Amino acid sequence: MGIELQGITKTYDSKQAPVLSDINAEIQDGELFVIVGPSGCGKSTLLRMIAGIIPISAGVLKINGQVMNGVSPKDRNLSMVFQSYALYPFLTVADNVAFGLKARKMAPAEIEQRVNDALSMVDLTEYRDRKPRALSGGQRQRVALARAIASDSKICLMDEPLSNLDAQLRVQMRAEIRELQRKLNLTLIYVTHDQTEAMTMADHVMVLHDQQVQQIASPLTIYNQPANSFVAQFFGTPQINLLTANTAGTQASPRLTMTNELQLDLDKPLAAGTYTVGIRPNALSCRPVADDDGNATVINVETLGDQTIIEAVLDDDTEVRIVEAGQVHVALAQRVLVTALGPAFIFDETDTLIAEKRGLQDARVVAVN
Amino acid sequence: MENATMNRAMFKRRLGKTAKYTMLLILALIIIFPFVLGLWTSFLPSMDIAKGALWSSHLSLNNYVAAFTQTKILQYLLNSLIISTLVMFAHVFFCSLGAYAFVFLKFKYRDQLFYAVLATMMLPFEAEVIPNFVTVKCLGLLNHYSVMVIPFLTSAFGIFMLRQAFLQIPRDLKEAADVDGLNHWQFYWRVTLPYAKISLFTLAAYSFLGSWNQYLWPMLTTFSDHLRPVQDGLRQLQSEETFNDWDMIQASAAIVVIPTLIVLFIGQHYFKSGLNEGAVK
Repeated sequence: MGIELQGITKTYDSKQAPVLSDINAEIQDGELFVIVGPSGCGKSTLLRMIAGIIPISAGVLKINGQVMNGVSPKDRNLSMVFQSYALYPFLTVADNVAFGLKARKMAPAEIEQRVNDALSMVDLTEYRDRKPRALSGGQRQRVALARAIASDSKICLMDEPLSNLDAQLRVQMRAEIRELQRKLNLTLIYVTHDQTEAMTMADHVMVLHDQQVQQIASPLTIYNQPANSFVAQFFGTPQINLLTANTAGTQASPRLTMTNELQLDLDKPLAAGTYTVGIRPNALSCRPVADDDGNATVINVETLGDQTIIEAVLDDDTEVRIVEAGQVHVALAQRVLVTALGPAFIFDETDTLIAEKRGLQDARVVAVN
Repeated sequence: MENATMNRAMFKRRLGKTAKYTMLLILALIIIFPFVLGLWTSFLPSMDIAKGALWSSHLSLNNYVAAFTQTKILQYLLNSLIISTLVMFAHVFFCSLGAYAFVFLKFKYRDQLFYAVLATMMLPFEAEVIPNFVTVKCLGLLNHYSVMVIPFLTSAFGIFMLRQAFLQIPRDLKEAADVDGLNHWQFYWRVTLPYAKISLFTLAAYSFLGSWNQYLWPMLTTFSDHLRPVQDGLRQLQSEETFNDWDMIQASAAIVVIPTLIVLFIGQHYFKSGLNEGAVK
């Protein structure tokens, strides 16, 4: 059962290119499904099509096996949390939560019960008689959540619900939403532009870009086996390094060379040609060398305490990011020798993943072993 | 040294403020003077007004007693109250429905239609008087309450003003209401009206006063005292007498202004801003 998207397409103007084309996905009952992508990729549009707020141009949407195209939002039996919370400013917290239930003509006793349950679940019982303007941002967010909880629908759609909160509160609410979703066994479709939210919350992630689905997989699969260079770039902080590489010699070879001293030996030979190599920052290592040596110059160092992010410019003018564990002291403008530790993704000219090399991510792990 | 600089800056700021408020005070006095003069003369006997003896000691409420007992001012007040209240409710209701359609419904030529509504505001009321008069005459409405209400059931300005107010309603609220299953009528009634409460009260006050101060139209379309609204009634007081009882006319004018003041006083209570904070974000 669950929700099925079959070839969903959205075109606003028949003369223009579609804003979403041919989206296929299957969302299981009770899972937290995250739709992630950069702003403007159409993720909110997709969510609004599932909700029924905007019509679907082509394709089929099924909820629990029934075709939902053209069914009005209220008959799709789902709840929605908006980025802006969309609270009614002239109603108290309790009335805000009860609003949708009253509109659906539920019995007053049951409304009361549901409102109380929902408010206690988000710890807002003592604020029930306040107006939204007397609440903090986090509390308003909770009211919006309570509204979704109170409705009896098992499908909940959330449109960037945390993007207006400060960083700390966001981390806290992330965990709370996840917990609520599990407790209520909700099918939750969650839209965000934040890859951290996608990684930490999702059962499955859909990556949208260029009006199309780039990959649908579990968060770890997306991190470990990105379908293409966009996905690789979108997930992981700091961003993955994408470097242009050539095979050594004129024949198929397992050796890829990026700049002189930065090279990679693959398990299997590749046909001769030019490729894009993705190496995560923690799979690169750098070592300070004498001024006329090495292959890169340090341009920025960020110390986070438990790790150090070093930005350097390779001699062919590509910037690379390197993450070293612990606190590493490197001076700006220091010459360094950047080497690859092993793991890397190889993308062909269409940016599709064609090979990957597994291996130790950090030489220090070897030392411990 | 530092202290001296600080004091000088403080002094400069004070001086600027004092100058600003003095200016405002003078302007306020100039504007309020005719009203105060009118109110003052309403307590004086006719003789003193005629002599120009404004600093008279013969202050009394006699003029007010006379206004209530010798003229039909109570009837006029009642007429105006009925007419203005009807017009006020009609404006709020019809303008809000019209504005809702222009904001939340999608139909062909919606914007063109709205501009057409706006265009009617260009026409001065005086230009509409003759065609309107002919129309109401044909309808047989002359000399009746309805002639002062029916042509004023809606207003282009009201539609324009409420449309702007409704445009301020976040789109997310409409979408949330759609998901909750509210139909247009429910959304209009339960969300749009409460959200735009301030604008509705403003329009109500504006419409009430506009209707209360109508003069030309009622003068043309009503012929009997028992129908006349206050402004025409006042005019009546002046011309019926050969010798103008300025004292009584002043007292009547003061009485007529009182409802205006009440409406404004109640109205301004609602003009507080920030009532809609917290809907989004």
